[in-house]
Amino acid sequence: MDSTTNNSEWPLWEVFIRSKAGLDHKHAGSLHAPDYEMAIENARDVYTRRMEGVSIWVVESKNIHASDPGQSASMYEPANDKIYRHPTFYNLPDEVKYM
Amino acid sequence: MTVISFQEHFDEKIDKDQTIEPKDWMPEDYRKTLIRQISQHAHSEIVGMLPEGNWISRAPTLRRKAVLLAKVQDEAGHGLYLYSAAETLGISRDEMYAQLHSGKAKYSSIFNYPTITWADMGAVGWLVDGAAIMNQVPLCRTSYGPYARAMVRVCKEESFHQRQGFEIMLNLSKGTEVQRKMAQDAFNRWWWPSLMMFGPPDAESPNTENSVRWRIKRFTNDELRQKFVDVTVEQAKILGLTVPDKDLKWNEERGHYDFGVIDWAEFKNVVKGNGPCNRQRLETRKKAWEEGQWVRDAAMAHAEKRKARKASAASTLAEANAA
Repeated sequence: MDSTTNNSEWPLWEVFIRSKAGLDHKHAGSLHAPDYEMAIENARDVYTRRMEGVSIWVVESKNIHASDPGQSASMYEPANDKIYRHPTFYNLPDEVKYM
Repeated sequence: MTVISFQEHFDEKIDKDQTIEPKDWMPEDYRKTLIRQISQHAHSEIVGMLPEGNWISRAPTLRRKAVLLAKVQDEAGHGLYLYSAAETLGISRDEMYAQLHSGKAKYSSIFNYPTITWADMGAVGWLVDGAAIMNQVPLCRTSYGPYARAMVRVCKEESFHQRQGFEIMLNLSKGTEVQRKMAQDAFNRWWWPSLMMFGPPDAESPNTENSVRWRIKRFTNDELRQKFVDVTVEQAKILGLTVPDKDLKWNEERGHYDFGVIDWAEFKNVVKGNGPCNRQRLETRKKAWEEGQWVRDAAMAHAEKRKARKASAASTLAEANAA
């Protein structure tokens, strides 16, 4: 990816939007901007033209670290055989309601 | 894993209709096809602002002007979503711009036709955006995650574009005789180029087979074109306008409209760069890019200044606290 990186380009930012009070911020997309303040302003224009948000987070893309999809099998394997972590694992008599 | 097993893993995901994400292994041809298609799509959104930008200052009412501005702003946004999606495949924004400006990358040929009357704003919204939506809706389920997510956003915003165009056509077709003629004239000029927007016939479309296999495309060019004709002919009836095709006929057996032969020689000629506005469009884009250099530089300088100012304020504060 480095071979195509151009130093004159504005840095890349990932944009997260809270669509309404009480909800999580969710990834909306990305954009280029010289600094975080302009990134937030640009994010407002690009991602909230129709009142899609009440709060914006921006994170410079280079600061995001992701798990390796090639390792997914072993990464999430430990959860596979632990069905007792789900409420449906337990048999309760029908008389017990609201549990 | 060997390359073969990477390939098998990829094929399995495609067959199960799972999405491919930026960090997943993908065949080089898949990556190249996507970069070509997504960047071409992004360029189309950006160049697509030009024929309509032509009418912002001359829109007949304040309402129409506000609507047109909003539509053109949406198109800038759509270009940005798509450029971002392409960037996840390892090509830079500047590289894509360079490909557009050098003529190496194409954009939709429809934007090489001029918008000479106000009715063209109606026809572009109704037909060009209508055809674009027909193409774009299946792309919301395309196999590459970032592209599919960008398209969901685009499609949500796009439907007002077509409706405002249809509304312009409706008003004109119910207006004076001159206005009705203006609407028909715009329809006549935009109908065939709109049908060409779906690309060459399947038999001559070199990219279709792989794209369908990889679930980048879910319908072929001809399937989508037929769907567009069937829907649009009915809408033309509501407008009371005549489809400019003497061979257009409902085919009971097929359950579709038969339509005349498309002038593919014209299509190829416009793709090659000889359409009415190719040169003008590219020059406008290049000029905007070159003349915008100082804005990009100034914004960067401003960001650095702001950063330096904050740093010095922080150190002054630290000194004051120490003293």
